[in-house]
Amino acid sequence: MTDAEILETLTRILRDLLGEPGIVLTPATTRPEVPRWDSFSYVTFIVAVEVEYGIKFHLTDVESFETVGEIVAKIKELKA
Amino acid sequence: MPGRRRGRGRIGIVTLASPQDFRARLAAANGVEAVPERLAALADLARERRAFLETIQLDAALARTPGAGEGVETLRLALLSAGTTDHLLPAIRVAGLGRGLRLETWAAGYGQYRQALMDPASGLHAHAPEAVLFALVARDFLGAVPVTAGAEEAEAALEAAVADLRGLWARARAAGAGLVIQQSFLDLEPELFGGLDAVVPGAPARLVAALNARLAAAAGAEGVLWLDVARAAARDGLDAWHDPLRWLQAKMAIRMEAGPAYGEMVARLLAAARGRSRKCLVLDLDNTLWGGVIGDDGLAGIVLGEGSGPGEAHLALQRYARALKARGIILAIASKNEASVAEAALREHPEMLLRPGDFAAMAINWTDKAANLRAIAESLNIGLDALVFVDDNPVERAQVREALPMVAVPELPADPALYVRAIAAGGYFEAASFTADDAARAGQYAANRERADLAAAAGDMEDFLGALAMEVDFGPVDALARPRATQLINKTNQFNTTTIRRSEAEVAEMAARPGAVTLWFRLADRFGDNGIVSVMLMVPGAAGELELVNWVMSCRVFGRQLEDEALNIAVEAARAAGAGAIRADFVPTEKNGVIRDLFPKLGFVPGAEPQEWVLDLADYAARPTRIARKETGPR
Repeated sequence: MTDAEILETLTRILRDLLGEPGIVLTPATTRPEVPRWDSFSYVTFIVAVEVEYGIKFHLTDVESFETVGEIVAKIKELKA
Repeated sequence: MPGRRRGRGRIGIVTLASPQDFRARLAAANGVEAVPERLAALADLARERRAFLETIQLDAALARTPGAGEGVETLRLALLSAGTTDHLLPAIRVAGLGRGLRLETWAAGYGQYRQALMDPASGLHAHAPEAVLFALVARDFLGAVPVTAGAEEAEAALEAAVADLRGLWARARAAGAGLVIQQSFLDLEPELFGGLDAVVPGAPARLVAALNARLAAAAGAEGVLWLDVARAAARDGLDAWHDPLRWLQAKMAIRMEAGPAYGEMVARLLAAARGRSRKCLVLDLDNTLWGGVIGDDGLAGIVLGEGSGPGEAHLALQRYARALKARGIILAIASKNEASVAEAALREHPEMLLRPGDFAAMAINWTDKAANLRAIAESLNIGLDALVFVDDNPVERAQVREALPMVAVPELPADPALYVRAIAAGGYFEAASFTADDAARAGQYAANRERADLAAAAGDMEDFLGALAMEVDFGPVDALARPRATQLINKTNQFNTTTIRRSEAEVAEMAARPGAVTLWFRLADRFGDNGIVSVMLMVPGAAGELELVNWVMSCRVFGRQLEDEALNIAVEAARAAGAGAIRADFVPTEKNGVIRDLFPKLGFVPGAEPQEWVLDLADYAARPTRIARKETGPR
């Protein structure tokens, strides 16, 4: 599982969630850069990612992710 | 957390068929211009298996599709919750659409339910909800009880909690909600003692269990519907329904992944209250009601009965069907078989629990299942949307889903041992109330088969009606008759002049108006008592007039002249109340076409408005019928 594959999956999930097929995520993307990615849709996104990968983030991680790249790194760590 | 990932967060709705290419079909639905067709396409998707992300997408599409469509009823729902509801509302709306309900939802900010109820200027009152759902947490009601509390102190706290909640229900009713739904409390308490948690009067877990028990009893007494999330959590495991992380992070009492299953449960209750639950279980025979193929294996070769696991599995399905019948669900058979062979098995197999007399309709032939289901619905005079079709064969299931999307077809697991659980999980037969009339219903439908035989033997209609030896009993809609009368008003779709739904409280209020005339009718014949099958509500209108605002009749007794005799009785009662005329509206719907010409046929003349009808009581002559009045007269 490469970073690019994970990034692609996260992009698909967020596009479905927000109904915005034009969203493009990069490792550097932060939440405020994406319109309507508010705190509630962030929780929804996190749960969708957990279901997708069969993982569970710690609460402190969920609240400390700054960039999409950090989420990708944590997924890799939890799947390792 | 074991089991959490099972089905990728799709707990509770596993009996729905898996969608094929959700993304493409959603895009196709979104591309449909006409609103009714787009709603229908979205409703098809809503009836298939979906996780919360797909549910959110469906809800977004629904939000872009204003209005209702064919066969879709609008209902305003308010959700009063102690937690976050943003993830539950989409699931409720989507599940509602799957059951023909367009739900307009409003939710109080989390923890704001008391203010919403008490402040007449709140958004709740502006929403004018027809249904209010209370989704609260036990700690808000019992959190102050110390673990050292004695039995008396615990008892007092429980009583206070029940009284508090009943007060909230009363406020919801005062806000105009005919339907009040109370969600059972999840036991979120960690183990404190262990086994003693169920015993020590002040132990938090015991308090939650006791509150649920008492509140359910109060709900039953007040006609409040019970959303049993606690039982669902007991079945699926608390972890499947509640995630402590999400509670701490976002105050979600029901976890995100359980949203679709939660929405289904809410929609089932609302649909039941609106008469949209299923009425009839149609069973296949080979490899469903018994193991093996009767035509190949013969009477001695089929697998059924005590002594072997698989035999008991099929027996368990029969036992479940019999239990459903005992609560009023009609049973029918649709099977590709030689009728004589299959019927002989039903009659003669020593382990068979269900016998031919248990079934109200039997379609055993080599015709396709869709055609047979149509014939069954027609013979029972119920809609195809009242049927649940159970068949082990995936090809048959797919054919029926394709040809008759309105028939519910649970996805059966490969192992017959799990059939009962799969059917039960579908929640097809959810009921908003249960009366003695319900319990007797399945037997009455079965008796209709005998009536049909009599009709075939009788020379003409008059002979048949005479031979039935019908007798009507009737009376005012008093406290005793009110539950069944209300249920009939809310469930009846075909013989329903206005399709205005009423809560029990409204029916009581209308019956209490000075000069009002309310009537129930009970029809018996030589094959049995049909129970209360018709209700009329007439309230005083313009001077000297009664307005017939509700008239419903069960489809079981269509074509038996009961409408004529009921009108005769109504006219007598109206005259006794001093009325000179009865005014009635007919509100046409997609389903009540069967009584399109009811009022003119009964001698009403057109009123000033379209579909307004008036009957002058001065020149009304009693209509001749073959129905006798019960000797004891009105109660």
